[in-house]
Amino acid sequence: MDATTFKRPPTEDAIIGTSLPSSAVVESSPAVTLKRGASLPDKLFIGGSRILGAALIALLFGIMAVLVFESWPSLKEFGFGFITSSEWDPVEEHFGAFPAIVGTLVSSVIALIVAVPVSFGIAVFVNEIVPPRVGVVIARLIELMAGIPSIIYGMWGLLVFAPFMAAHVQPVVIEAFDGVPILGTLFGPPPIGIGMMTAGLILSFMVLPLITAVMRDVFSAVPTVVREAAYGLGATRWEVVRLVLVPYTKVGLIGGVILGFGRALGETMAVTFVIGNAHELYASLFMPGTSISATIANEFSEATGEMYSSALMELGLILFAITVVVLVISRLLMGGMRKKG
Amino acid sequence: MQISINISAGPSISARRIKDWVFSALCFLAAVFGIGVLALILYCLLKLGLPGLSLSLFTESTPPPSVEGGGLANAIVGTLIITGIAMAIAAPVGILIATMLVEFPGKGKLAALVRFFNDVLLSAPSILVGLFTYAFMVRTLGHFSGLAGSVALAFIAIPMVVRTAEGVLALLPVQVREAAVALGIPRWKVTVLIIWRAAAGGIVTAILLATARITGETAPLLFTALSNNFFTGNPMQPMANLPVVMFNYALSPYENWQNLAWAGAILITVSILGLSVVARIFFRTR
Repeated sequence: MDATTFKRPPTEDAIIGTSLPSSAVVESSPAVTLKRGASLPDKLFIGGSRILGAALIALLFGIMAVLVFESWPSLKEFGFGFITSSEWDPVEEHFGAFPAIVGTLVSSVIALIVAVPVSFGIAVFVNEIVPPRVGVVIARLIELMAGIPSIIYGMWGLLVFAPFMAAHVQPVVIEAFDGVPILGTLFGPPPIGIGMMTAGLILSFMVLPLITAVMRDVFSAVPTVVREAAYGLGATRWEVVRLVLVPYTKVGLIGGVILGFGRALGETMAVTFVIGNAHELYASLFMPGTSISATIANEFSEATGEMYSSALMELGLILFAITVVVLVISRLLMGGMRKKG
Repeated sequence: MQISINISAGPSISARRIKDWVFSALCFLAAVFGIGVLALILYCLLKLGLPGLSLSLFTESTPPPSVEGGGLANAIVGTLIITGIAMAIAAPVGILIATMLVEFPGKGKLAALVRFFNDVLLSAPSILVGLFTYAFMVRTLGHFSGLAGSVALAFIAIPMVVRTAEGVLALLPVQVREAAVALGIPRWKVTVLIIWRAAAGGIVTAILLATARITGETAPLLFTALSNNFFTGNPMQPMANLPVVMFNYALSPYENWQNLAWAGAILITVSILGLSVVARIFFRTR
């Protein structure tokens, strides 16, 4: 929601007398400064709401602090080797996060490879091709996909989609790429249904509505006259999209893709159901693997011993670091876009 | 921005038309793909869940393994209690923060920072909120509890409420505030009696949408509310709830349990759809 429409000249604040004349213009509302003359209930109300706002920021840092504190034993014991080691042995208390980190990244990248072109196509179709009336209906249906909780994607993935993959898709793909140098390994046997590839595909269905929504938003920010000018020059739709829309909205589109990546990285339940939960790395994408979130969801409530739960907390800390960096980048990109649009 | 479309030097008209046609067809296929996946999921949900829907779902508690029958009564009540407490925390906090963003942003960077970190929290992995709540509530209290689950869900709902409510409050014309303040009404009264009342429909929408979002949230409940095979209304105890029961049952080898999980999935999906529809109605009649 763009709040800049409510920008008001600073003089009015002075008239209202709720702020010092020097107060900065605030975007959306009369600037309020807690000066000495304000009544006590006002001070409490305004001060209280600001404290809550500050507490919201503190929550994010609180999560980080708690994760660091809880993972301290593991951080001290394994050091940097935690990230590079592939060993996951709760009995001997040796823990390494490498397979989980790689699994998280690989499944999310698969999700993007599928979801980004599809989302782009849907966004173009809804915003640029069909009449608005039809577009709204399609957009609502796609939004509905975002409303379905992750656990239902997981159940569907495990009990419907994975058996289908194992029976009809994977054997065909394995056969097709058999003997081809790199692809033959990536899409190698066995066709067991659950695994890295299935997890990535389920993830792609889940981030698709989010990326579509961002892309539609970004496309709507392009002034209609720009489009009309291009059509007026005789450009076809493909040329308008390629030469006008995409260059104009590049930053916002990338922001949306990165936002989808951030969401995919942390998605838990759907992945837990279908990824297979194996702390191993295989060359074939059809083999089971694990992700950070799936490992935590599966093992945390059964983790006995300080080192085991500490290692899982450290996995959480790594996930926190990756997702927050990714989300901050995406918000900065889209924030820049918002100002431009 | 400089955009150059050099039509005369490009390929022939028919080649460009074919490209355009292929592109449009691909976009159409993308839309068909998206809606197809949605339809497939909803179809499977109905096919697998409808046979399990019966009255005993609401009257009987979750059965032990390999016992026929049983229902989800304890999990349904648990979900209602956990979600209710979560929203009782999240709604006032979220609305106050949104109010602060729109009405009292102040001079400094606080409002901008709150808005930014709220956006980050909005997409942060919910399982980390679960770990966080586990560490500071379950561990300090010494046991799992429905209340810990509520707190975890509240942390997820607050950014949602803030985001939606902020948009709703910002829609009110600034003249409303000016008129009230000109009458000498204190700011807190202006906010509570005029701004909130004028935005009531939108605020309800914000709360309903956040409720829809946390219904079905599973990851933060796994190590906070845990689950419980018995009926309890005490939020200080581990509490059965639909998502965690569905998680445990769907992964089990027992057919009866799997059927109950699908029936639960239908209940959750229907409630989410219902909440979203009601939310839209509220916003329209604002």
